[in-house]
Amino acid sequence: MSGPTRIDPYEPRGLGRIAESAGAGLLAFLWVLPLLYALWTAFHPSEFSARFTLDAPLSLENFSRAWAAAPFARYFLNSFLLVSLILVSQFVLCTLAAYAFARYEFPGREVAFMLVLVQLMIMPDVLIVENYRTMSRLGILDSIPAIALPYIASAFGVFLLRQTFKTVPKELDDAARVEGANALQVLLKVYVPLARPVYIAYGLVSVSYHWNNFLWPLIVTNSVESRPLTVGLQVFSSGDQGIDWSVICAATLLTSAPLLLAFLLFQRQFVQSFMRAGIR
Amino acid sequence: MTRFSAAVHGWLLLLPAMALLVLFTHFPAVATLIDSFYSTPRGRRAAVFIGLDNYQTMVEDPVFWTSLVNSLWFALGTIPLSIALAILTALWVNDRIVGRTLVRMAFFTPTILPMIAVANIWLFFYTPQYGLLEQVLGAFGAPSHNWLGSPSTALICVIVVAIWKEAGFFMIFYLAALQQIPPHLGEAAALEGASRWTFFRRVQFPLLMPTTLFVLVNAVIGAFRTIDHIVVMTRGGPDNATSLLLYHLYQVGFSFWDTGYAAAITAVLLALLAALAFGQYFFLERRVHYR
Repeated sequence: MSGPTRIDPYEPRGLGRIAESAGAGLLAFLWVLPLLYALWTAFHPSEFSARFTLDAPLSLENFSRAWAAAPFARYFLNSFLLVSLILVSQFVLCTLAAYAFARYEFPGREVAFMLVLVQLMIMPDVLIVENYRTMSRLGILDSIPAIALPYIASAFGVFLLRQTFKTVPKELDDAARVEGANALQVLLKVYVPLARPVYIAYGLVSVSYHWNNFLWPLIVTNSVESRPLTVGLQVFSSGDQGIDWSVICAATLLTSAPLLLAFLLFQRQFVQSFMRAGIR
Repeated sequence: MTRFSAAVHGWLLLLPAMALLVLFTHFPAVATLIDSFYSTPRGRRAAVFIGLDNYQTMVEDPVFWTSLVNSLWFALGTIPLSIALAILTALWVNDRIVGRTLVRMAFFTPTILPMIAVANIWLFFYTPQYGLLEQVLGAFGAPSHNWLGSPSTALICVIVVAIWKEAGFFMIFYLAALQQIPPHLGEAAALEGASRWTFFRRVQFPLLMPTTLFVLVNAVIGAFRTIDHIVVMTRGGPDNATSLLLYHLYQVGFSFWDTGYAAAITAVLLALLAALAFGQYFFLERRVHYR
């Protein structure tokens, strides 16, 4: 909006800038302190878990002990399958629904859209008792699809994609149809490619949400074969390990590692995705 | 394409998503209301209609009231502070401060971490005797205190974790909004001799109102639906001091398996969320439009 030479008169300068930087830096340090603390504990032998000396030897032993003490490999696989299943299904279902809302005239469209938006307020997280009963009736308790099902038809995804599809010029749509493309081809060749940044943003948010989701998976799963990482971590850290904080911190970091690394590598992309997904 | 075939196509495209939504959102919401008037089926005894008995149980259940009050305190403790921190950090990160990218990253990092994982870290942080908090306070000669173990401080500890987790997420929305404010407003205010604080209070803050509304709605929903940290850190204790409404619901539904009563609590929770949404919408709508 403004040229690069434009100066914000309220931008602090000199001493003010130093003071503001110091304040921000201090708060930022406090903010990552719990994380640094966990890193310290996880990467040092347990006798150093609360002692901060420079000569403490680094060690990966806590990680190997955590990895050996619980089926984390299986939990990782479960989480990966869960997140992929949800992401792919959400993309397909939300794309179709958003296309219908954006480009079709049909009786009941407004009512249907309102019914979709209801889910923004009444989230699956609150309907745990009834949804558990439904899963039990369907006979799929303790399975990965049971964790995924309530989240697949995401009102948020439908809304976000509908907004995007509405901005696609109608002329592009018409042109493709003149070329002989059918409705589905138009969707795949015109709308989806143009909405790519939105898919990326929504995908990142969805993956983060479901990798981190805990309560519903805790309720519907009951075995190593279906538990995602978050539930596995809780079972592990509240189990009869005794309280060995070093090992628990290592397991905690293992659980967070994929997203944390992805975030550190693609920081800008993450921040922009959360922002784009948030401002609807 | 005729109108009829357009209608058929439209509904066919919508069908898969709508079917799942009905099955896992609309049906359970309605079923909750109905089930809340029925007893909990036990063994061979089917559920029978008992009118308002479940609600009567609720009114007489002291843990329900404690949880409701806790939830309100949790929301009141978390939301204003995390919004204030979000605005402050957004203002900082918006300026050309030293190490701006690192600072922004530090604030945002908690957002992408699993609550369950960070709750474990914070549990360690609060641990009596050798947790970091105790060590730092001990170095200043403060007496030892079991932060999560005492009813007077447990809820505050949990609130701190929630603020820490959320503030950075809200910050990015404020940052985006701040960058949308035209720079000539700042220049004009400076010409008029307005102080930094006046400029913020009279220009920036009012212009941030739509963001505040958006963040507020998110924060309120978040305050009522996140209990991961409660499960890890306190399990609602000590003496129900940190039992939030959803946690109580989880206990009644999946520890005591009293599904009839759990349905009644769900109904109240849903009513509360709906009322908050409408309240916020109508109350704040007038203040949001600044033009």
